[in-house]
Amino acid sequence: MDDLLKDFLTETAESLNVLDAELVRLEQSPGDPTLLQNIFRIVHTIKGTCGFLGLPRLQSLAHAAENVLGRFRDGALAATPEAVGPVLAAADGIRYIVVTLAASEAEPAGDDSALIAQLDRLAGSDALAEAAPAADAPDAMAPEAEPAAEAGHDPGRAGTTDLAAQSIRVNVDLLEDLMTIASELVLTRNQLMQILRAQKESVFAAPLHRLSQVTTELQEGVMKTRMQPIGNAWAKLPRLLRDLAHDLGKKIELRTVGAETELDRQVLEMVKDPLTHMVRNCADHGIEAPGERAAAGKPETGTITLSAHHVGGHIVVEIADDGRGIATDRIRKKALATGLATEAELAALSDQQVQQFVFRPGFSTAEAVTSISGRGVGLDVVRANIEKIGGHIELRTEAGRGTKFVIKIPLTLAIVSTLIVECAKERYAIPQINVVELVRIAANGEHRVERLKDTPVLRLRDRILPLVSLRRLLGLADAGAEAGETFVVVTQVGPQIFGILVDRVFDTEEIVVKPVSPMLRDLGVYSGNTILGDGSVIMILDPNGIATLANVAAEEAQETAAVAGEDRDRGRAENVILFRAGGPEPKALPLELVARLELLDSASFEWANGRPVVQYRGALMPILSLDAAAQFAPASRQAVLVFAEGDRTIGMAVDEIIDIVATTYTIDLVSERPGILGSAIIAGKATDLIDISYHLAREGTNWFKTRTQTPYGEEKRARRILLVDDSPFLRNMLQPLLSAAGYEVVGAESAESALLLCEQGEHFDLIISDIEMPRMDGFGFASKVRESKNWRETPLVALTSHASPRDEERGRRSGFRCHVPKLDHKLLLKAISETFAAERGAA
Amino acid sequence: MSAGSPSAAAPAKPAGGAGDDFVTCTIAGQWFGISVLKVQDVLRAHAITRVPMAPPEILGSLNLRGRIVTVVDARRRLGLPPAEDGQQRMSIVVALGDDLVSLAVDQVGEVLSLEAQRIEAVPPTLDPVWREIADGIYRLEDQLLVILDVERFLRLGAKALAA
Repeated sequence: MDDLLKDFLTETAESLNVLDAELVRLEQSPGDPTLLQNIFRIVHTIKGTCGFLGLPRLQSLAHAAENVLGRFRDGALAATPEAVGPVLAAADGIRYIVVTLAASEAEPAGDDSALIAQLDRLAGSDALAEAAPAADAPDAMAPEAEPAAEAGHDPGRAGTTDLAAQSIRVNVDLLEDLMTIASELVLTRNQLMQILRAQKESVFAAPLHRLSQVTTELQEGVMKTRMQPIGNAWAKLPRLLRDLAHDLGKKIELRTVGAETELDRQVLEMVKDPLTHMVRNCADHGIEAPGERAAAGKPETGTITLSAHHVGGHIVVEIADDGRGIATDRIRKKALATGLATEAELAALSDQQVQQFVFRPGFSTAEAVTSISGRGVGLDVVRANIEKIGGHIELRTEAGRGTKFVIKIPLTLAIVSTLIVECAKERYAIPQINVVELVRIAANGEHRVERLKDTPVLRLRDRILPLVSLRRLLGLADAGAEAGETFVVVTQVGPQIFGILVDRVFDTEEIVVKPVSPMLRDLGVYSGNTILGDGSVIMILDPNGIATLANVAAEEAQETAAVAGEDRDRGRAENVILFRAGGPEPKALPLELVARLELLDSASFEWANGRPVVQYRGALMPILSLDAAAQFAPASRQAVLVFAEGDRTIGMAVDEIIDIVATTYTIDLVSERPGILGSAIIAGKATDLIDISYHLAREGTNWFKTRTQTPYGEEKRARRILLVDDSPFLRNMLQPLLSAAGYEVVGAESAESALLLCEQGEHFDLIISDIEMPRMDGFGFASKVRESKNWRETPLVALTSHASPRDEERGRRSGFRCHVPKLDHKLLLKAISETFAAERGAA
Repeated sequence: MSAGSPSAAAPAKPAGGAGDDFVTCTIAGQWFGISVLKVQDVLRAHAITRVPMAPPEILGSLNLRGRIVTVVDARRRLGLPPAEDGQQRMSIVVALGDDLVSLAVDQVGEVLSLEAQRIEAVPPTLDPVWREIADGIYRLEDQLLVILDVERFLRLGAKALAA
């Protein structure tokens, strides 16, 4: 249903209940001016809105009632029961129409002319006395006026109550209070659980676990009430763009995808301005004038596309235009001219890295300052605002093709996952989102701190990582005590990566962020504070503030230069987790597949449905092991890789986690063993790459049943494959597989984004698409592809989790060459090679 | 109260007369009074989390039944020498807007009811910091009681409090 209509119906249902009560009171105290004013206003509002929404029957009825009420209000007509009767009947009529509207989204057929005539008579009668004759009418008219008869159902309170009950309006303050109370409850629960853990046996154990679970549910429920669609932040943009286009003499069309994606209202408030700013930027600097566009062979109307989707606990918002883009050469020149980087530094940077310079203070490539943007509020402010809420922004641009901002922001600020560290005997929390990895340091171990003059640095793999001593930064103790520092928390803020030196690292903890006292604001290093399970207060460090304070930003250019060198050497490096399981040889998985690494007490493993499970974050998580015969050693800490997809998690028990390394690898030996993709040299050792999909399927989990998969596009030499699937998990899973087969893969998380690639003129040799996807499904996508100019000839392969012959037939008609089950990699590879073989045959 | 308490010079407030109630405390031997209307709580020793980089007067934060309370060291605020190690200290929690702030003092004494009209002006020769934070002075039998203006007392350095 149209949002506008929905709002109107909810609001009207509320008003009608008030109206009934007020009209009855009016009969008791006729002439009460406040009451009259109130009633008049309600009916007037209904009339006004339904005129706007195009509801003629409702409008004429409300209009007639309003006229009578107007006469009551002016004192021209006495509010006798006889005169109020028809107004009540009109209220019932309005209610009936509203109920029908809610059910069918259309006004019911029917005629209120008798009632309207009666109301008009009342409104037209000049003398107070004349109200009396009309008074006979209501009773006689009632059966007709009572529109219940028309549809044969009771239009009464039941209907409107249902409508009103579907959504109610609640004051934001009340929601905030609820959130605070729920947060307090979470903290108290954490404290109780901590106490419970210290007890060997407790009669409170069972009720406390129940309490804990209910608390989690309550908290999640309250969090949900705060979620709002991001479209709310976009609501003003169409108008803004229209005006901008008018002022600038450009033609601009706004397209939105994923406006229903929800995020916390607090975050929403904070991204509203940056989003608006970027859209202005696209309109002003990005989109060319119609003439220029036509000359470049583009449609005169430029398009700005806003899209949003969820990725894990984050939301990714993209603002793209198909305008002139920014030539990387110009950014290089400007960076050089403004002294942001030296020529040597720039030479070492990739185009992608150079593009991020636009977010640096004082950087604008616009040749002229216009009234629209470029008034000193630059992208550096946008970046600062995004990073303030733990977000990340990136620019991708291609001269002549357009510019795209990609923003990743957390869904909520109220609860964050943090790493608890210790420094100089005090504990601090670091938001997990900023933590890249942890490195243990030892004076004579593999990783040790070296000093350049007094500045500590760490050789981490093949880069030099600047280090910030938390002890020194916070002035906790004299430098002599630095010997206690044994861990480096590798932290990323925007493009900057640096290490924070701390003494100890504890667990990760989900914490409820409380704002710091006004007396402690402006210190720049804390983003909040909270109370831990043991009841102590802990400060939450703000990595962004630390980076600023420690002047890490100044090292950014050198730092990124180092990274660039590294990247050049390696091509596209991928993070891989190395572990041992069911044998001494190392095994590997792409880190992106793994949601978390956990050490769980094996005593907490239980058995359900014939396989081991563990209670994890309020739900049961099945535990797989690579070796079916594996036994869990009792009473030990079991390393578990946790995979997450949506709300579900699944764990894989491993013997030992060895390391996380960034590497590019090629699968040298393709395995014939099930569950192993093949072997590659990683970190100097022959390593088996695990085919996680095999193991998930083997355990009979219905992991993909309700989910759609993400496609992977790959290229074998010239062979490029586009993989369209909304599940990042699946995209990540298929990538190593298809890479192993020698294709180049491009992933798209939705049919819409795939079609954008089509519009941008990308070329693929094959498109693999999921069928079940939100919004546009695979069939719709295939039809669009067949209609497109660029991709008409590109072969399409469908991925399905269940395909009936009817579906396959439908798929073929939509343009799919064949259907492949999601988890059957052999069939997928076979289908790909057959498709290419057929192409060659045809050519 | 181990440090004893000051006794009012005259029987507290006459029945029915206008008067104010003050929580009394000692800071480095000097008695101070804070209006009971401002006081939320009186605490004995409490685990305090340090807040590095905070203004020097701030000792840290503590957890008061689930609320995070900033602790201000009254001695530092008044420019007095720090308390000796191991000296038992107490805290008076006051509300400042929506925020709770705890004043770390040496000892907390009784609540005294004093007649409003007996309050006397702060001598102009007093240390400027003290003059800033004092609302007035009561003459008690054997000592002077300085009445603290909590808002001004908690206005640290140049940073005006948002509350």
